[in-house]
Amino acid sequence: MPLLEVEHLTRSFTRRRGIFGPSDAVRAVDDVSFTLGRGETLGLVGESGSGKSTLGRLVLRLIAADSGSIRLDGTDIVGLPTRQVRALRRQMQMVFQDPYGSLDPRMTAGSIILEPMRVHGIPMGERHRRLEDTMRRVGLDPAQAGRYPHQFSGGQRQRIGIARAMTLAPRLLVLDEPVSALDVSIQAQIINLLQKLQRENDLSFLFIAHDLAVVRHISHRVAVMYLGRIIEVGPRESLYGTPLHPYTITLLSAVPVPDPVLERRRSRIASFGEIGSAAHLPGGCRFHPRCYRARLVAKQPGTTAATVAGETLPQRCVEHDPALTPLASGHAAACHFPELPETRSPIAERALTLTQELA
Amino acid sequence: MLDVATQPSPVTLDRDAPILEIRRLRTEVPTSHDPIVLLDDVSLQVHAGRMLAVVGESGSGKSMTFLSALGIAPPPCRVAAGSVLFEGKDLTRFSPEELRRLRGAGISMVFQDPLTALNPVFTIGQQMVEVIRAHRAIGRRAAWAHATDMLARVQIPDPPGRMHAYPHQLSGGMRQRVLIAMAIALDPRVLIADEPTTALDVTVQAQILELLDGLRRETGMGLVLITHDLGLVARYADQVAVMYGGRVVEAAAAGPLFATPRHPYTRALFRSIPRLDAALEEDLPTIPGHPPNIAELPPGCAFAPRCWLRGARADCETERPPLVAVGEAGHRSACLHWPDMAHAA
Ligand SMILES: Nc1ncnc2c1ncn2[C@@H]1O[C@H](COP(=O)(O)OP(=O)(O)OP(=O)(O)O)[C@@H](O)[C@H]1O
Ligand SMILES: Nc1ncnc2c1ncn2[C@@H]1O[C@H](COP(=O)(O)OP(=O)(O)OP(=O)(O)O)[C@@H](O)[C@H]1O
Ligand code: SF4
Ligand code: SF4
Ligand SMILES: [Mg+2]
Ligand SMILES: [Mg+2]
Repeated sequence: MPLLEVEHLTRSFTRRRGIFGPSDAVRAVDDVSFTLGRGETLGLVGESGSGKSTLGRLVLRLIAADSGSIRLDGTDIVGLPTRQVRALRRQMQMVFQDPYGSLDPRMTAGSIILEPMRVHGIPMGERHRRLEDTMRRVGLDPAQAGRYPHQFSGGQRQRIGIARAMTLAPRLLVLDEPVSALDVSIQAQIINLLQKLQRENDLSFLFIAHDLAVVRHISHRVAVMYLGRIIEVGPRESLYGTPLHPYTITLLSAVPVPDPVLERRRSRIASFGEIGSAAHLPGGCRFHPRCYRARLVAKQPGTTAATVAGETLPQRCVEHDPALTPLASGHAAACHFPELPETRSPIAERALTLTQELA
Repeated sequence: MLDVATQPSPVTLDRDAPILEIRRLRTEVPTSHDPIVLLDDVSLQVHAGRMLAVVGESGSGKSMTFLSALGIAPPPCRVAAGSVLFEGKDLTRFSPEELRRLRGAGISMVFQDPLTALNPVFTIGQQMVEVIRAHRAIGRRAAWAHATDMLARVQIPDPPGRMHAYPHQLSGGMRQRVLIAMAIALDPRVLIADEPTTALDVTVQAQILELLDGLRRETGMGLVLITHDLGLVARYADQVAVMYGGRVVEAAAAGPLFATPRHPYTRALFRSIPRLDAALEEDLPTIPGHPPNIAELPPGCAFAPRCWLRGARADCETERPPLVAVGEAGHRSACLHWPDMAHAA
C-alpha cells in the first residue's frame, strides 16, 4: 500500500472580480488523483496558478477539500476530526519557498526549530537533544541556535525551515518550491541535503517546483499540472524521455539547456498565448487554446473538426474533457491525441531530440 | 601578463567599438571608517546588435553595476572611480539633468521588479504617453499613437484596447511586455534588462526572450541581459560576464566560456546546476559555503574561502587577482592560477 493515496480531490475558491464585480469560482484543484510510495519523491510541476500549492496544502489539511479522499497509510484523513488532524501533522510537514518570509524574524533559530516539538508536547530534555541532532543533520552549527533569521544566509535559512519540519520525524514532507529563491550554488547544497535526509529516514516527498531540471534530478516520479488537473504522470525516465502530453512537450522544449552548442541547434515549440485562467476554464480539453497538436491533428484527413474562435480544432478536443489514461507502464496522460512514440508529430520529434538522447 | 582589457584603450572608430563601455568602475558606501566597496574595478563592453549577459550570485553587484553606470545608484551608494563611455562621452561627468535625458532615450533599463515599475493607478496608455512626452516634443495624440505601435511591436494582442488597461488587469507576462515596450519607445541604443523573466513561467519566458532577441537584431541596439539562468545565456548571449563579490571574475564569448571556463567559480557554478540533458547522479557537485558578504570581503581573492583549486596556495589570500587576458582573444579571468585548471579535474 502506498503511503499516500489521493483520489478525486477537488477544491474551488470564490473570487470577486473588482470590489463590486461578480464573483467567480476558481477550480484550483480539479479532480486530482495520485499515489506516493514510501521513500519516494513525486515531483509536481506546472505553470503559475496551476494548483500545485493548493494541492500541497490540501494534502496536509491546511485547507479543506470540497470533495475527494486522501488516505495516509490507508486511513482517510479528509473526514478526520480536528483533534486527530493534529496527531497526523506529526507525520506530515511542509517546507516553504521563501526562507525569508516563512520564519518569524523575532524568534531565534533554536526556538523556530523547537516550536513543532513544543506544540506536540515532546518532553523538554528530549526537545533539546533533538534540536542539536537535527541542526547537525541539516548542516547547521548548534552553537548558532541563539541567532535570529536575518543573521543567516538564504541557504542557511532554508536549512532552518527543513530542520523545523524534520524534528517530529515525519514520514511525508510537502516541499513547496524549496530551492526556487536560492542561488544556484546553494540550490545544489539543499537538493543534496534533501536527498540525504530521504535516504536516511525513508521519507516521502511531494516536491513542488517549476524548474523542470531540478525536478528531474530529485524525483522518482513526476506529475505535470495544468489549470488544476494532473495532465500527465509517470516515472521520471519515461516522462522526460517519452513525454506523451502536448503540454509537457511544450514545457520541456521551452527549458533552455546551459550549453550553447546544443541549445542553439534545438528547436522549440512556440506556445500559443499564455496560461489560461482556472476561473475561465475552456470547454473540452483545458489546453486546447494553446495546443499545437490539436491544430496539426485537425488538418489530418478523417478528423472531425470544429471551428472555435476562428480556428479549426478536432471536435473531441473542443467538446470532451480527456481523462488521465494509462498509456505505458506507470505512465498516464490526459489527451485525445497523445504523442505516442510511433505516431509522434514531427515538430515534437524535433523538440524532443535533445531530451530523448539523454533522458 | 599584460592586462589589455582594463587599461584605457585609445579611442578607436572601428565598427566594433562598444557603444557602452564601463571602465574600472568602483562604487562605495561611505562609512565613518573605510567605505564599503560594492563594486571594484568593473569593466564591461556592450556592442551594437549584440547581447551581453551578466551572471552571478545574488548580491554580486549585477544590478548595482548598471545603476551606477546610469547615475541612479541608490544613495548612499556612490561612484568613487572609473568612467562610463557612451557614444564617446563620459557619463560620470554628466549633470543629473543630462543623465535624466539620456535614460530612456539613449540607454534604457527594464528593472528587476516589474510590479513596482508600473503605477497601479494609471492606465498603461497614460504611463507610456508620459514617458514618451518627457523625452520628445510631440503632442498627446501622436504620443498615444506611438505607444500603441510599441505595444503591437512587443506582440501584445489588441494594443488599442490594452492602452486603457490598468496594470493589475494584465498577466505577469503582459506587464513585462509593457515594460519592454516603454523601454524601447524612445529607440534606445542600449537596453539593459535586469532579470526580465525571473518571475515568469518558462513558456512565457521563452516568448519574452525571443522578443528581446528579435528587437536587438532588428534595431541594432546593444542588449544587456542580467540573469541567473545559464540556459538563457547559452541560448542568446554573445558575450558573458561573470560577477562575484562586486567584481567581474570572468568574461568571454559565450562559446568559450561554457566550453572552457577559466575561473574556478565559473566552472563550479556550471557543474552545480541540474540539467535537463545531464546523466543523473546521486549528488550534485556543490560549491561549499555561501556567497560572500560584500562588507566583509577577504583581502585576497573573494572566492578563496570556497575555491576548489586554491589548495595551499598562499597568494590567493593576500593578492587581489586582476582580470587579465587568458589564452583566447577576449577571454579574461581574475584567477591567479587559471592555467592550473587544465590539470585539475
Ligand atoms: N485562498 C485563495 N483564494 C482564492 N483563490 C485562490 C486561493 N489560493 C489559490 N487560489 C487560486 O487557485 C489557483 C491555483 O493557485 P496555486 O497557488 O495553487 O497555484 P500554484 O500552482 O502553486 O502557482 P505558483 O507556481 O504561482 O505558486 C490560482 O488561480 C489562484 O489564484
Ligand atoms: N541601497 C543600498 N545600500 C547599500 N548597499 C546596497 C544597496 N543596494 C544594494 N547594496 C549592496 O550592493 C551589493 C550588490 O547588489 P546588487 O543589487 O547589485 O546585486 P545583484 O547581483 O543584482 O543581486 P540579485 O541577483 O539578488 O539581484 C550587495 O552586496 C548589496 O547588499
Ligand atoms: S486533447 Fe486535444 S487539445 Fe488537449 S492536449 Fe490533446 S490534442 Fe491538445
Ligand atoms: S585566485 Fe586562488 S582562490 Fe581565487 S579563484 Fe584562483 S585559485 Fe581560487
Ligand atoms: Mg505555489
Ligand atoms: Mg539584481
